[in-house]
Amino acid sequence: MLSGMTDLALHPLGEAALCCVLPPPVSLGQQQRIWQLAAALAGRADVTGLTPGMNNLTISFDPLRTDPATLEAAVHAAWAEPAASRALGRLVEIPVHYGGDAGPDLAEVAAHCGLSPEEVVRRHSAAEYVVYFIGFQPGFAYLGGLDEALHTPRRAEPRTAVPAGSVGIGGAQTGIYPLATPGGWQLIGHTTLPLFDPAAEPPTRLAPGDRVRFVAVRA
Amino acid sequence: MIELLRAGPLTTVQDLGRSAWRDRGISRCGALDELALIQANLLVGNAADAAGLEFTLGPATLRFQADGCFALTGTDADATLDGRPVRPGWREPVRAGQTLNIAAPRERMRTVLAVAGGLDVPLALGARATDLKAGFGGWLGRALRDGDTLPWHPPTGATTRRVGLRAPDWDASVRVLPGPEHDEFAAASREAFWSADWTLTPQSNRMGFRFAGPALVRTRPGDLPSHGVLPGVIQVPPSGQPIVLLADAQTTGGYPKIGVVIGADLWKLAQLRLGAPLRFLPCTREEAVAARRARQTLIEQWSTALCMST
Repeated sequence: MLSGMTDLALHPLGEAALCCVLPPPVSLGQQQRIWQLAAALAGRADVTGLTPGMNNLTISFDPLRTDPATLEAAVHAAWAEPAASRALGRLVEIPVHYGGDAGPDLAEVAAHCGLSPEEVVRRHSAAEYVVYFIGFQPGFAYLGGLDEALHTPRRAEPRTAVPAGSVGIGGAQTGIYPLATPGGWQLIGHTTLPLFDPAAEPPTRLAPGDRVRFVAVRA
Repeated sequence: MIELLRAGPLTTVQDLGRSAWRDRGISRCGALDELALIQANLLVGNAADAAGLEFTLGPATLRFQADGCFALTGTDADATLDGRPVRPGWREPVRAGQTLNIAAPRERMRTVLAVAGGLDVPLALGARATDLKAGFGGWLGRALRDGDTLPWHPPTGATTRRVGLRAPDWDASVRVLPGPEHDEFAAASREAFWSADWTLTPQSNRMGFRFAGPALVRTRPGDLPSHGVLPGVIQVPPSGQPIVLLADAQTTGGYPKIGVVIGADLWKLAQLRLGAPLRFLPCTREEAVAARRARQTLIEQWSTALCMST
């Protein structure tokens, strides 16, 4: 598409934030444009926060310093810039113990997908994923590249406690919980690799653009 | 130093929260009743964003180990300093060795304490607020326990003369702007959202308040791609029961957003009791910005009043 004017939808999120949303299907090329848009807006004095999501960007702003029309014009201007090519980051290997107590939803995911648990594990650890964005909790990487055969809806009611290191599937996404938390994803495995250190700069092991591979390990 | 003889059920060090590393998943955190923290800080001569204590319910008992002054805000709790009543919303001088007793609030939920100089805990990722779920910031990244002793910065010259500031009235309603998925809910559900009394349930914490009421039905099924969320966003999971995100909320989520509590009313949620009913009042963007400006004006008026009283 030559111009971004028509594909990026802008929705207010309260009086102090703007959601910029791309239509499906999710793609890595579109996500690279989201990273580029966030970088282009990062220096603005009226922008107080930038949270990239999956093919979307939430912009927090000070409504006493700017109005949505001004900000929307700046977003459209930045979006119309030509897409820059951007190399992906380093490869990070993450050891995972699948199933059993470490992955209590593996059987449910397998049943939903019509696959054996072993085939779910084989497919999940065969792919090379890309960190699209970090969110939900410190260092929680949303990974693109999940095998379509493994897509499984979130749980109807989130768990009140998910252990740190849990590896899960939520819809078309897969990821690792760096910290114990309530959460709605289906849990298929667990890693002991630390992903968040509040004393470090930056505080998280994974960054947008990194590549990730899961390596199945025995308990 | 200030010693927590009796810390209370959930007492944390809080400032106005952190904005750094939001793209690495770092939550805002900070005082739930941010207006009370600002009021308390101004009363004792601190910067508005200095670190203080947030008490959840109570009771709590503290002993001051140095002379100074403090202020209690946000609360309708009975409090005494060595047995003498302390008025919430006022600056109070204190001498080393004196003991402050804070009872549970009568109808409210949270009490804020600021001490002149501000609590001296390390900056963590740009703020002094406690992040309870990530376990960092504040005092050792956790809620305070009996026997914890916290240092404070030397006061920067505030007088200890008694002076008070009047806080805005509280009621059990917040103004809400429609969220991006508001129109995807069934007409009857939208009507119910804006008219029902929503009951605050025990499955609530500093990340979010879960409410019980009529089930809200979204006509368009399916999860949304994960996206950035903020304190004030009202999510509706498939159970149909709304969750209002608060200061400790995650930076992204996947549930549809039926509304967003306006920034100027977020503090009111901090004072809502479990089991209490809440109303979501419809609002326009212009009203939300005007309310934010009015709050800014109130804070400036507080500062002016304090300057003129010294």
